[in-house]
Amino acid sequence: MTVPFDVARIREDFPILRQTIRGKPLVYLDSGASAQKPRAVIDAMVQAMETQYANVHRGLHWMSERTTDAYEAARDAVAGLMNARDRSEIVFTNSVTGSLNLVAHSYGRGILKPGQAVIVSAMEHHSNIVPWQMLRDQHGVELRIAPIDDNGELDMQAFEALFHDGKVGLVSITHMSNVLGTVTPAGQIVRIAHAHGAKVMFDGAQAIVHRAVDVQALDCDFYVWTGHKLYGPTGIGVLWARREILDAMPPFLGGGDMISSVTFEKSTWAQVPHKFEAGTPAILEGIGLKAAVDWVRAIGFDAIAAHEAALTDHAIARLSRIEGLTIHGRAQDRGGVVSFTLDKAHAHDVATLLDRQGIAVRAGHHCAEPLMQRLGLDSTARATFGIYTTLEEIDVLADTLTRVREFFQ
Amino acid sequence: MAETFDDLRDLYQETILDRGRHPRHAQRLATFDATAKGDNPMCGDRVQVWLRYAPDGTIAETGFEARGCAISIASADLMADSVQGRSKTDTAALFAGFRDMVGSGVCPACNPALQQLAPLSGVHEYPSRVKCATLPWHALLAALESTPGNIEETSSE
Repeated sequence: MTVPFDVARIREDFPILRQTIRGKPLVYLDSGASAQKPRAVIDAMVQAMETQYANVHRGLHWMSERTTDAYEAARDAVAGLMNARDRSEIVFTNSVTGSLNLVAHSYGRGILKPGQAVIVSAMEHHSNIVPWQMLRDQHGVELRIAPIDDNGELDMQAFEALFHDGKVGLVSITHMSNVLGTVTPAGQIVRIAHAHGAKVMFDGAQAIVHRAVDVQALDCDFYVWTGHKLYGPTGIGVLWARREILDAMPPFLGGGDMISSVTFEKSTWAQVPHKFEAGTPAILEGIGLKAAVDWVRAIGFDAIAAHEAALTDHAIARLSRIEGLTIHGRAQDRGGVVSFTLDKAHAHDVATLLDRQGIAVRAGHHCAEPLMQRLGLDSTARATFGIYTTLEEIDVLADTLTRVREFFQ
Repeated sequence: MAETFDDLRDLYQETILDRGRHPRHAQRLATFDATAKGDNPMCGDRVQVWLRYAPDGTIAETGFEARGCAISIASADLMADSVQGRSKTDTAALFAGFRDMVGSGVCPACNPALQQLAPLSGVHEYPSRVKCATLPWHALLAALESTPGNIEETSSE
C-alpha cells in the first residue's frame, strides 16, 4: 500500500510524537477527540506572546494594531479554507458547542417561530442535541430526529418524510459522525431541505479535518467547526453563515467589541462578524488557528484525504480479522474514525490495556448516548486517525487487540 | 504473548477477572427492602443495587445489576460479599476504608473485610478507573439511606 505523502516528514513537525508512554512509543489514536499540534502552531503562539501581543480592536498603539492584524488574518485564513464569499461571514466562538449554542439561541429564538421544527439526526454529538432541546422547552419549537440504518447511514427517505407538513425551519446535522465515521450526503441534505424552505447547518467538527469543505459548493447556510481538532489550539471555534442570515440574526452575548454605540437608553450593534464577538476574543488561539490552517493547506486536503482513506481501509481490514471484534458503522462514505467492541471485554478495560502499550484510544459513549441506544450498546472503543497516523501504528493496535482478547478470554 | 500485559496483573488480578466474568451476586433480589441506582455520567457505567435486611437491621443479602467494565462488576460483587451481616454504620466505615485503599493503593489498618477487597487496590494507579470501583458503593450507601419504596439515584461524580 502506498501512502501518497511523507508521513515521517510530517511526524517531525509534531514534537509530542517523540514522547514515550511507560517506555513505549506514543501511538496516538485519539485525534478525533483532540489533535496534536505541529511546531508551526506552537511557534506562532509563543512568538506572538514573546514579540507582538496586546488587546485587539481597541488600542491605538503599535502593539495593538499589529496584534489586531495577526488576529484578523485568522479570519482571512478561515474564510479561504472554507471558500466563504466574504471574511465577514466568519464568526469566532470558543468551540463547536459555542457555535451551535450561538445559532440555537440567536437564530433559534430570533428567527425560528414557536411551532416550527428543527431536524437533527440519530447520530449527533450531545452538543448538537441539547441546545435544541433547550430551544424546544423554552421557545416551543419541535425537535425531529432523522433515523439511520444499520450501516450507520442516514435514511434519506425517512429524512425527506420529516418535511411533510412544511414546519421544518432548520436542519442541524453532522457532516461526519464522531462515532461511526459516516460522512453524511451533504449535497442531498441541502437540496431536500432547501426544496422545503428549511435552512441547513452542518456540524463539521470531524469532517473539516478529513476533507476540503467548500461552503459555496455545499450550498449550506451554516457550518461550524473547531480549531483544536484541526491541529490548532483549543478555545477557538468557527461559525460560518451566509452574510444575510448573520445580518438578520440578533446578537447572542452582549458586551464590549459587539456594539456600535452604547447609552443607558439604547445600544446599537456592530456589523457582523463583530456583532457576535462580545468581549476580548481568543487572540492567541486565533493566531494559532491561522498557523494550523496554513499548515494544513500547504499539505493539501487531497493528500490528507488519500492518506486517511488508506489508514481507514487498513484499519477495517486488520480489525475485521480479529475474532470477537465488531466494527460499528459500515457507511460507504466514511472518514478516519473506527469504533469497535470486543465480545469478552468492556471498552474501558480494552482502553486501559491499550494504554499500557502506549496506545491512546477513547472509550465510552463518545457524547452520543442516543446513538449508543440506537446501536444497542453501552460504550465502544474508538480509534481515530490524524495526518500523522501511520499504517504501522494501526498494525500495533491490531496486534495488541488480539492479545487483549486473549487476556480476557 | 500474554506476558505483554504482565504489569497489568496488579490491576486485573485473577479475582477481578473471575468476578468480572462470573459475578455471584449479579441479580435483582426477588424480595428486597431497599434499592438505589448509581450512574457515572462520564463513561456511561450504571449499576442498581438491591438490599434485603435481617430482623436486626443488618444487611442479609445484596444483589446488583451492572452495565460496566470488569472493575465495576468485580467491585460490586466483592462488595456484596463484604457487607453481608453489617449494619449501616459498619458498612459506611468499610466503604471509607475501601475508598482510601483504592485511592492510595495501601491499606494501613487492614481488617479481614478490607483484605477481601484488596484485589481492587490496583486501581489507584489509574485515576480514571477509581470511580469504576467506587460506583457500586455509592449506590449501596444511597440504598441504605433510602426510604422504603423509593429508588434513590446517585452518581460517582
